[in-house]
Amino acid sequence: MEEDFRSILIDSEKCTGRMRCVHACPTQAVRVRDGRAKLLRDRCIDCGECVRVCPNHAFLPHTSSFHDLSGFKHTIAFPSPVFYSQFGKDARPATILHALTSVGFDDVCDVASASESVSIAIQEYLDSENRPRPLISPFCPAIVRLIQVRYPNLLDHLIPIESPMEIAARETKKRKMQELGLQEHEIGAIYLTPCPAKMIALKDPPRKQHSYLDGAIPISEIYPSMLQVLRQADRTNGPDIHGLGLGWPILGGQVACLKAEERIAVAGLTDVMRVFDEIENGKLKHIQYVECHSCPTACVGGSLTVENPYIARARVLRLIDQYGSGPGQDRQKIRDLYRSGFYSLAGTIAPSPIQPLDDDISRAIHKMHRRNQIYEGLPKIDCGACGAPTCMTFAADVVKGDAETDECVFLALKTLESKSRALLEVIEKQNRKIHGRFGGRDHDA
Amino acid sequence: MGNGETVSQSFAILGRHFLEGGQVSTEIKGMLKELGIDAAIIRRVAIATYEAEMNVVMYAEQASLTLKVTPRAITITVVDRGPGIPDIELAMQEGYSTATAEMRELGFGAGMGLPNIRRNADEFNITSTVGKGTRLKITVNLNETNGRGLPFNPHRQ
Repeated sequence: MEEDFRSILIDSEKCTGRMRCVHACPTQAVRVRDGRAKLLRDRCIDCGECVRVCPNHAFLPHTSSFHDLSGFKHTIAFPSPVFYSQFGKDARPATILHALTSVGFDDVCDVASASESVSIAIQEYLDSENRPRPLISPFCPAIVRLIQVRYPNLLDHLIPIESPMEIAARETKKRKMQELGLQEHEIGAIYLTPCPAKMIALKDPPRKQHSYLDGAIPISEIYPSMLQVLRQADRTNGPDIHGLGLGWPILGGQVACLKAEERIAVAGLTDVMRVFDEIENGKLKHIQYVECHSCPTACVGGSLTVENPYIARARVLRLIDQYGSGPGQDRQKIRDLYRSGFYSLAGTIAPSPIQPLDDDISRAIHKMHRRNQIYEGLPKIDCGACGAPTCMTFAADVVKGDAETDECVFLALKTLESKSRALLEVIEKQNRKIHGRFGGRDHDA
Repeated sequence: MGNGETVSQSFAILGRHFLEGGQVSTEIKGMLKELGIDAAIIRRVAIATYEAEMNVVMYAEQASLTLKVTPRAITITVVDRGPGIPDIELAMQEGYSTATAEMRELGFGAGMGLPNIRRNADEFNITSTVGKGTRLKITVNLNETNGRGLPFNPHRQ
């Protein structure tokens, strides 16, 4: 079987085994073996924490590059609304959009307006009967993976509504195909992404639906050329972008677009997992909608952004002040479109649980028992010197045959100590023998 | 800790420690996921364990919760030291609750705790001595179809 597409690759040449990734990974998916980081694919959710913390930049986001644009007859940039927050307070979204046509794209399309119309579709979905409570936002691909891997029970809580970037790409591509007389594969729709996880959403969508996006280029990669163009740009160019969709990249941006009375916004995987545990325990049924972001500062804090996330957040808030209440979307039209299935996603999301200790339950029980025994002999300080994030994960690696007990420095020391003691005993025994044979005579005499 | 056919682990729960409330059920959930137990079974165990854990946090002084897993069943036993339940039949009625206003403020006290535990268990047993404490034992069965449900684990052949 073809290996699943993953958004993070490791450059082993650059890795010096410094362990930051091992400790930072929220799903304990990284090990250092033979001095190099290794990703356990069944546990990885593409959140990009390792990309963020590695001092040697050994984790590479598996994104597209400008070279990929050459294969298309017409290219269109779809900047994440995060993009508008990256260039200081004087750069209007309209100016930023226009500048993109000077850095290598034939065309651009705003995604924030699609975010607003998707919000209206979500509202329609929330208002319908018999929905599981609470519903969970499906727009952070790392969150969707987290649910597939760790919370398969919550899969039917994910709203089956297409993401703003896909809606924008689909509709723009269709229009351009007609206007330019081109076929779909001749038009390159490129997302400008704040994080590597978005690559998963378009290369390997969870519902296996067709993606109209052909690639994603990191915001950080396009940033330098944008700065150059913006320096000379005509800042009055283009019609303004309006609507609350501009707020989507910050925590609370999605729920601000909704009328649901009970809605919460959660960011950062530690807090997200706490909320998911509560939902699994049967709590939070009074909540209608949970907006979830894997990055602690939401999308403006993605690992492929440039601006300080707090400055970027302030910039987004200012954009909402300036343009949020402008001429918005035609609600009735969007409701009609929603009813016709314009925003809906067909298909289901398959669970992808972490590899259990063993496929056979009896053997899995046996291995857990053995793992607990090994754990009892470990120092329980989670030092990480063995290359695993915790003593418990190390013990599990040992029973799965992925690690040896003497890779724990403390256990190795203990073994060495008992071996040395045994050796010392042999020496002493020999000594006594010799002394017995030669009496108390001084050997030096 | 068990033997080849059983794995068991005990956890201490302290009354009034709301900050830690839910930790034991989360830990148990993690263990069951590592054993590759079917997601629907895990959800039932999670709900039952969480309700039992919160009952201790809200009403008892302390308790010991023991998880036991065999290839055939998951058993949870909770033995607490606390006020006990004077009328178990009454406590088992949906909507009956002795929760304080403070507990209700936290989203508990709907009188669904014990009925919810029973609904999620295949076997349910509760005994109590007023002034001493309560002993709760529940079993969730595993079998070919629901214990190791194929659709939930693509790793399995």
